[in-house]
Amino acid sequence: MTAVRESADPSSVPEAKGRRPWGRPQLYTAYGQDMALLNTGAKKVSVGVLLVVALLLPFLLEDDLLRLLATGSVLAIGAIGLNLVTGYAGQVSLGHAFFLGVGAYTAAVVSGDPEDDQVWGLGITFLPVWLLAGGLVAALVGLVIAPLASRLRGLYLAIVTLGLVFLGTHVFNEWDAVTGGIGVGRPAADPVLFGVDLSRRTEAFSADQQLYLLMTVLLVAFALLGRNIARSAIGRSFAAVRDRDIAAEVTGVDVRKVKRRAFVISGFYAGCAGALLYSITGYLDPSSFGLLVSVQFVAMVLIGGVSTISGSILGAFFIALLPRLTRELPEYLPFLSSSATQTPNVFQVETLLYGLLIVAFLLLEPRGLFGLWVRIRNYWKAWPFSY
Amino acid sequence: MRDVLLTVIRGLGFGSVYALLAVGFVIIYKSSRVISFAQPALMLAGAVAVSYLAGPVGFFLAVPIAAIGIAMLGWGLERTTIRPMIGRPVFVVAIITLGLDIAIRVVVNVFIGPNVRNVGDPWGLSTVSIAGLPVQERYIAMAVVLVVVGAGLFAFFRYSRYGLAMRASSLDQETALVQGIPVGSMTALAWAMAGGLAAVAGAFVGTGGGVDQSTWVIALKALPAIIIGGLDSIGGAVVGGLLVGLVESFFATYQGEYLPWLGQNFSLVSPYVLLLVVLLVRPYGLFGTREVERV
Repeated sequence: MTAVRESADPSSVPEAKGRRPWGRPQLYTAYGQDMALLNTGAKKVSVGVLLVVALLLPFLLEDDLLRLLATGSVLAIGAIGLNLVTGYAGQVSLGHAFFLGVGAYTAAVVSGDPEDDQVWGLGITFLPVWLLAGGLVAALVGLVIAPLASRLRGLYLAIVTLGLVFLGTHVFNEWDAVTGGIGVGRPAADPVLFGVDLSRRTEAFSADQQLYLLMTVLLVAFALLGRNIARSAIGRSFAAVRDRDIAAEVTGVDVRKVKRRAFVISGFYAGCAGALLYSITGYLDPSSFGLLVSVQFVAMVLIGGVSTISGSILGAFFIALLPRLTRELPEYLPFLSSSATQTPNVFQVETLLYGLLIVAFLLLEPRGLFGLWVRIRNYWKAWPFSY
Repeated sequence: MRDVLLTVIRGLGFGSVYALLAVGFVIIYKSSRVISFAQPALMLAGAVAVSYLAGPVGFFLAVPIAAIGIAMLGWGLERTTIRPMIGRPVFVVAIITLGLDIAIRVVVNVFIGPNVRNVGDPWGLSTVSIAGLPVQERYIAMAVVLVVVGAGLFAFFRYSRYGLAMRASSLDQETALVQGIPVGSMTALAWAMAGGLAAVAGAFVGTGGGVDQSTWVIALKALPAIIIGGLDSIGGAVVGGLLVGLVESFFATYQGEYLPWLGQNFSLVSPYVLLLVVLLVRPYGLFGTREVERV
């Protein structure tokens, strides 16, 4: 397999990156080549294939699976955000649910019906507007939280962000004008793009097909952005702060600025994810931003793989598809019930699995699903030798 | 004045329970530098165990039995999931305990069922008149338990061989090992003690109202307490716990009157506000030791 970037006109290739020699896939002649987005031929091929498959899926799968995958894409956006702050920058955040909620409610207010006298609404349903608004407001909250992070380290920060979730839940429960109040809720943002409401069936596509395509495209955009953040100077400064903050400071990294950036970026991702997540279901309730949501995001990052973008995506899809898998269990394990009122039931198994999977992955494969992939890849790379 | 006194008594009562929980957190933190998010599940498990045992053997015997049982569970958790993680980042271990918490609570919830379970305490909501004030008996019981357990822990750490060994291993694990102290066993002992404390606290959280599936959240109020007191100070944890109880109680009594815009039930989250304020002023809590950082 060759990994040559062929260019018809050599002058169009930037000089610094240089050209990759033929037939030597592992040979890099410039730093730029090593740091390139798709730095091996295999990556180029597999990413291309994945994208093609992702675009073909809406025509192959049932609608309910597509909806699940769309949810998975949105969760992946949120998980990338958490991975940037916790995985790359090493700032433990259990407050992701709060940022998600801020984004979801901002988007719902921006897109909401101004005629509604129960909850506020500005009536701007155009998707990019409310998406950006949700992301930016959550980023702003991140900016406000960041000074705490620059004063605190490690588990102190984890507990403060945990407190944030409780405070956030309280605010969401009480601020009826924005959230509708406990047990009432409000309609979420409408995904309207150029006059087409994507959550409604159109002539060519079903609602779930449209939502799936929208979320997939957004996930690709956010993942690309995340990957670029991670491999640029910002990402390296994150890693420096994570690995040894004092050493980073000595080498000229402004630790407070880096932590601030990490929280702002993570908040932006979480806000966007929150805004999108509830536009799929169309409805949001103030009780849906509790500690369990934060734990689920931590689980996505840990099960997927810490400080990898592709790992975050894997983990998010894993957690998104887990309920679906456990729903299938009663067929094979007749003692399990699919009704929530009987024990043992699938919902208990699902929650139990969250907990046990976190423990199992951390004990046995700390690098998560991404680490499993690396092991499999290395095995076949070296095959038939064992090393 | 009467209201103020009653508020203070209620605050000190619940504060005693928070203090017990907080001491459990601190014992674990001192031994393994980890905040165990599994404590809420252990507390709930303790309360549920008491609610089942109180019928056959009575409340006063049920509490120690449950405490020993949950202590064994804590010990088992340390041996199976925490011991292999020695040397790994504390955040990872903390997340493991979070996973354990979720898993244990699922099992415990099965035993709780959809309704409130009574822990079978002899006090209920009955009051006794002290200097003309109707004081709930359970608050007195909570305070007494804190004093007894606190004194016991003080004596244990101050005068017993094991207490000395635990203090030594929390101070410097390698040096303690060199002196012949089995540091691993001391860590396991710490987890067992924390489990036992959580179970006792759980039993007293359940007095008056009983326990249901959402009671575990109460254990998290010990987190503001330990942060306020400083993570590595048992005395600080007690002070922090009482402070959290008082703040919560005062908000419950007066917030509706003076700060109604904060919304109903603000008292339940007021400990977290206190936490933010204390940390902004003193990042290592009131009694915590400042970390010395070297490159």
